[in-house]
Amino acid sequence: MSSAVTLHEAGTHHAGHDVHHDHHHQSFISKYVFSMDHKTIAKQFLVTGIIWAIIGGLFSVIFRLQLGYPEATFPFLEDFLGHWAKGGKLQPEFYYALVTMHGTVLVFFVLTAGLSGTFANFLIPLQIGARDMASPLLNMLSYWFFFIASVIMMSSLFVQTGPASGGWTIYPPLSALGDASIGSKIGMDLWLVSMAMFIVSSLLGGLNYITTILNMRTKGMSMTRMPLTIWALFFTAVLGVLSFPVLLSGAILLLFDRNLGTSFFLSDIVVAGKILPNEGGSAILFQHLFWFLGHPEVYIILLPAMGMASEILSVNSRKPIFGYMAMVASLFAITILAFLVWAHHMFVTGMNPFLGSIFVLLTLLIAVPSAIKVFNWLTTLWRGNIRFTPGMMFAIGFVSLFISGGLTGIFLGNSALDIHLHDTYFVIAHFHIVMGVASFFGMFAGIYHWYPKMFGTYMNNTLSYIHFWVTIIGAYLIFWPMHYEGLAGMPRRYYDYSNWESFKMFGGLNEFISVVAMIVFAAQLLFVINFFYSIWKGRKVTTLNPWNANTLEWTTPIRPGHGNWPGEIPEVHRWAYDYSKDGKDFIPQDVPVGADESKH
Amino acid sequence: MNVVALEKRNKIHPHKFTLWVGIGSILMMFAGLTSAYIVKRNQANWVSFDLPLAFWYSTAVIIASSVTMWLALKAFRGRLMSRYRGMMLATLVLGIVFIFLQVMGFKQLWDNGITLQANVSYSFLYVIVGIHAAHVIGGVITLIVMALKALNVKMRNYSSVPVELISTYWHFVDILWLYLLIFLLMIR
Repeated sequence: MSSAVTLHEAGTHHAGHDVHHDHHHQSFISKYVFSMDHKTIAKQFLVTGIIWAIIGGLFSVIFRLQLGYPEATFPFLEDFLGHWAKGGKLQPEFYYALVTMHGTVLVFFVLTAGLSGTFANFLIPLQIGARDMASPLLNMLSYWFFFIASVIMMSSLFVQTGPASGGWTIYPPLSALGDASIGSKIGMDLWLVSMAMFIVSSLLGGLNYITTILNMRTKGMSMTRMPLTIWALFFTAVLGVLSFPVLLSGAILLLFDRNLGTSFFLSDIVVAGKILPNEGGSAILFQHLFWFLGHPEVYIILLPAMGMASEILSVNSRKPIFGYMAMVASLFAITILAFLVWAHHMFVTGMNPFLGSIFVLLTLLIAVPSAIKVFNWLTTLWRGNIRFTPGMMFAIGFVSLFISGGLTGIFLGNSALDIHLHDTYFVIAHFHIVMGVASFFGMFAGIYHWYPKMFGTYMNNTLSYIHFWVTIIGAYLIFWPMHYEGLAGMPRRYYDYSNWESFKMFGGLNEFISVVAMIVFAAQLLFVINFFYSIWKGRKVTTLNPWNANTLEWTTPIRPGHGNWPGEIPEVHRWAYDYSKDGKDFIPQDVPVGADESKH
Repeated sequence: MNVVALEKRNKIHPHKFTLWVGIGSILMMFAGLTSAYIVKRNQANWVSFDLPLAFWYSTAVIIASSVTMWLALKAFRGRLMSRYRGMMLATLVLGIVFIFLQVMGFKQLWDNGITLQANVSYSFLYVIVGIHAAHVIGGVITLIVMALKALNVKMRNYSSVPVELISTYWHFVDILWLYLLIFLLMIR
């Protein structure tokens, strides 16, 4: 087994330091459960993320049943959900719980932990030429804190009063008062505790990613030779490390309000005819603290997808990425702007219009780096020798979705328009396309592209293409019509739209969306089957570098052991994008620069 | 736990760098709390407060502990191990005294009617000072572990990295306290 190739060399070359020694006789537990190998930790994040994605997707299918068929009853739901679907009809309280948990699970557990947890862990050491993360122990703890967060969040689904149901943004007073709604009871406490664990996990991960990238690069791997995936994961980690603590401070204040009788976010509230003693708090304050994380969180989700798409587009166009430095600069600009635009989520909170217009300006500025990125992706594709591998299909799909969803962002960034569109289906359509589905496409692109490196086998191509086409067509069919519903004023998070005369005309459309949502969900199951089946039964990888790519991960053995390279770590002599150069199809990063070679 | 393939050319040890990034992260949390405090202060119902005397004593104690920490690191680098042990113990004791004085301060506040629930400004005071104290407790726990290691004469310690890490962290919580104290004095 190739994992028997270990770090003896590392030990001899760096005898002065304490280095891992022997991994010949690892037990199952230390190899697959409490592993400190970044590749195994990445797979743990990925599999946990996939499980959460199935659960979170299933939530949306269930509440889409209610939205598509508000009059119908589904007896099988009662077997499955018990008193939450009495008589086969989803209860309104549980509908809110499902909407809340769908958002929480997908935003945090799938597209944060599942996406950057997987690919930062997997790709950073492999692509920068390091044997492991700066601190493998913190890395392992990062996964296990995520696991604890997962278990707590999962357990909240099974408590008597149900999980948190005040929306994934957990605005007070609904989230601060146990009596405010049925979902504000123990479910909300479990949500907060779970998120605290989650924040610890992502901070431990982020610290490690930043340190590893800045400190552990192999010889010759200067910052400007790093693949764009690494740049994107670096900025993602910076965003996480600086914004999650602010959410933590908001969550701590919320815990005090819930359990210790303080009034940070509460003032002059009447519940069931009784005036509460809380005075002097401000619910808007929570929104500021929340969105100071919440907006960077959008980019925490999006940047890894951008980085992976850049890499995959370049590899499969057989062309250098267009405008490498512009790509890095635009990632940097997005990272800075991400911290300066949070109040555009709060245009209708009665903020000073002058302040609002500053946030409009800063928000619209994000269009500039975003447009640079799109331009560079398209020019990378332009006249390329394109290979339509499944990974490439999803990377192109990502660009398509990013454009479609990004354009509606310009609408919403204008406070004058946002006041009309706020909290409608237009917002749902916008962020699902640009952040939800687009990032999922980045994640799928990454999985299909690096699957051979992760597991040493290929996924089935036919199933992959079916997965792609159903998902991209389905995603547009689901979310495109929602723009029209939103423009007509249809609000988010309502249980039954057939009660309103003005929204009755959307009955048929809602049913259509629900049917497509179920089909798309089924296609994701196809992906899951393909994923797990191929680990054991997939076609074996027989060449070191199946995609003819330049980056360092393809210089490792087909199934690299702990330590990644059996011998010395390769030295880097060039950037990652020497494709179609001087008559050569590709020149890997560890090939020395020839005397007569042209400079890029 | 260790660092694989650490190369000589690195200027800063990865663990130290990780700590610095972590300090940045902790600072962001306090930035969140103190900016929330500033926002809240400009709204109605704000009641100003006086800091208890115990907080002044604790300030002196934590500054003294920073000095002993610095001396401990210096002794360790000079391989003056008995002096190092003494200074580590002194730092540990001063850290515990600091926590004790903070608790005393809270008690003084509480006895003067400045309770957690009475006003938002008081709640902020408790939360901000409390979370800082939690970070000091984290440091004290690390110091206990380090002091136990230092007292074990049979164990030979040569790497100065762990000592440097705790000393950086310790100075950080000290400076953080000075910042919070000045902040709470200036803006209340």
